Amino acid sequence: MEPLLHLENCSLNIDGRQILNNLNLSVKEGTIHSILGSNAAGKSSLAYLIMGCCDYSVDKGKIYFAGKEITNLPISKRAKMGITLAWQEPARFEGLKVRDYISVGMRKVDEYLIEEALREVLLEPKDYLDREVDKSLSGGERKRIELASVFAMHPKLAILDEPDSGIDILALDNIINIIKGLKKQGSTIILITHREEVAQIADITSLMCSGMVVKEGSPQEMSKYFKEKCVPCPTKTFPQEENI
Amino acid sequence: MQDYQLILEAYNRSGGDVSVFKQSNMAHLVVHKNKVIGMNSVKGLVLIPKEKEYGIEATIVVEKGVRIENMVHLCFGILPKEGIQEIYMKVRVEDGGGIKLLAHCVFPNAVKIIHRMQADIDIGNNSYYEYNEVHFHGEEGGVEVIPKAKIKMGKNSSLVTNFSLLKGRVGYFDLDYESEIRDNSTLEMTAKIYGYGDDRIKIREVGHLLGKGSKGVIKSRVAVRDNAISEIINELNATAPEAKGHVDCIEIIQGNAQAKAIPIVNVTNEFAKVTHEAAIGRVDKKQVETLMARGLEEEEAIDIVVRGMLK
Ligand SMILES: Nc1ncnc2c1ncn2[C@@H]1O[C@H](COP(=O)(O)OP(=O)(O)O)[C@@H](O)[C@H]1O
Ligand SMILES: [Mg+2]
Repeated sequence: MEPLLHLENCSLNIDGRQILNNLNLSVKEGTIHSILGSNAAGKSSLAYLIMGCCDYSVDKGKIYFAGKEITNLPISKRAKMGITLAWQEPARFEGLKVRDYISVGMRKVDEYLIEEALREVLLEPKDYLDREVDKSLSGGERKRIELASVFAMHPKLAILDEPDSGIDILALDNIINIIKGLKKQGSTIILITHREEVAQIADITSLMCSGMVVKEGSPQEMSKYFKEKCVPCPTKTFPQEENI
Repeated sequence: MQDYQLILEAYNRSGGDVSVFKQSNMAHLVVHKNKVIGMNSVKGLVLIPKEKEYGIEATIVVEKGVRIENMVHLCFGILPKEGIQEIYMKVRVEDGGGIKLLAHCVFPNAVKIIHRMQADIDIGNNSYYEYNEVHFHGEEGGVEVIPKAKIKMGKNSSLVTNFSLLKGRVGYFDLDYESEIRDNSTLEMTAKIYGYGDDRIKIREVGHLLGKGSKGVIKSRVAVRDNAISEIINELNATAPEAKGHVDCIEIIQGNAQAKAIPIVNVTNEFAKVTHEAAIGRVDKKQVETLMARGLEEEEAIDIVVRGMLK
């Protein structure tokens, strides 16, 4: 079966710096595909590239989604095809209520479904619906609302950029349940995470280093490899053939 | 009377609730050009409008100790494309009194209209005064709006002003509100404006924190696009001990629009404190991309961000 998302030799330069380097990635429909890699490996950049964010268009390479080339499509078009992104540090919006933020991505706005999405992320609807998505929310609350809004959108592909960062360690089980819930709902998931417990729920893991996918395998294999070979990083600059 | 119906229709389109003009327990005043076409007063409120050549002169007095329970509704408008309207308001809130006013200024067909407002407002001790003004202009941009207010406030009182012009073109706009705040009184001034085309926006809001423990917050939210230009002066002067204030101005620009923010903060008493923040910039890219990632077009996303800021 052809993959839902396929990146072919994608490179990305920003201000003369190579951020992604001939990157290849295939994501199968209905899977949770996790991305593992140290800080600055290029994980968030990869997320922006797939989403189509404005400074992150490929210099070389092609992106295919659901059998169509999307390399040059703007964010809105990609989102309308069913791709969405939960940001590592989601933006704040003065004057925009949680209910309205969540409803933005819904095909048909339905109060019940908005509340469902909030319950899914363990936020009590009556306490949050009329609050603003502004600075008054804590980091953890904002990230939960981000997940709720992805949930309510029913995307074909959800890219979750460190959904577990800045969230209480006690809440990890809940985050794991939310991601499983998304999968159950029919979404394919790209899961960027540092946390081993969270990475374990993936069906497959890609290991990223210096803007490349250097290895792929089961989450257990990849995190074992990552712990043994990448922390601390033996090369600092570039993955050596013999280490991979 | 046809003018009355048409004014109310415009009032309705500007977001006003017309049913308020039918209720006997709610005071109101409706003025078309220089004609009073609707009026009702309530106990403890003196409302005397005088028709002048180009508008009206209105005396509003809230009698001692009277707190007017319901919002008082004012509607000023001009229906034809052209015209001048000058509103002179003399307001006195006697000690212990209180009033909340909501004024709608509607110029739905404006091509060449001048609307001047001069208010002298005197607020006593232990009283409150809230004044909300909402404007609704047509799409032609031919309106000159020049509201001026001089406000004096006694002790232990509160003053709130909210000005908003979010529907239709602004045209030329020059607001100037200046207030004097005495002991333990508080001031809150907010202006929200969305300008486009070749709109010109000038706002000057000044608070003099003259009394001990007086407090003031001046807030401006302005969005300009196309070739619109805005200049915002927010000024707080604190000369009394324990006076506290904050100036907060955000302007969003799009296209060729230009914005200037001038926060002025003067503190001459060592026990007073005034802070300020001002930000002018394009719409935040991340905010827009976040909404686009949920399927909105760029224009729709920008609109949500801007409208949110103006809310
Ligand atoms: N817009 C940008 N401008 C300049 N450098 C960038 C930009 N985006 C990412 N980078 C750089 O690319 C590298 C990868 O960043 P990022 O994708 O955020 O990594 P990760 O998410 O894996 O921590 C970092 O060195 C970062 O500084
Ligand atoms: Mg990152």
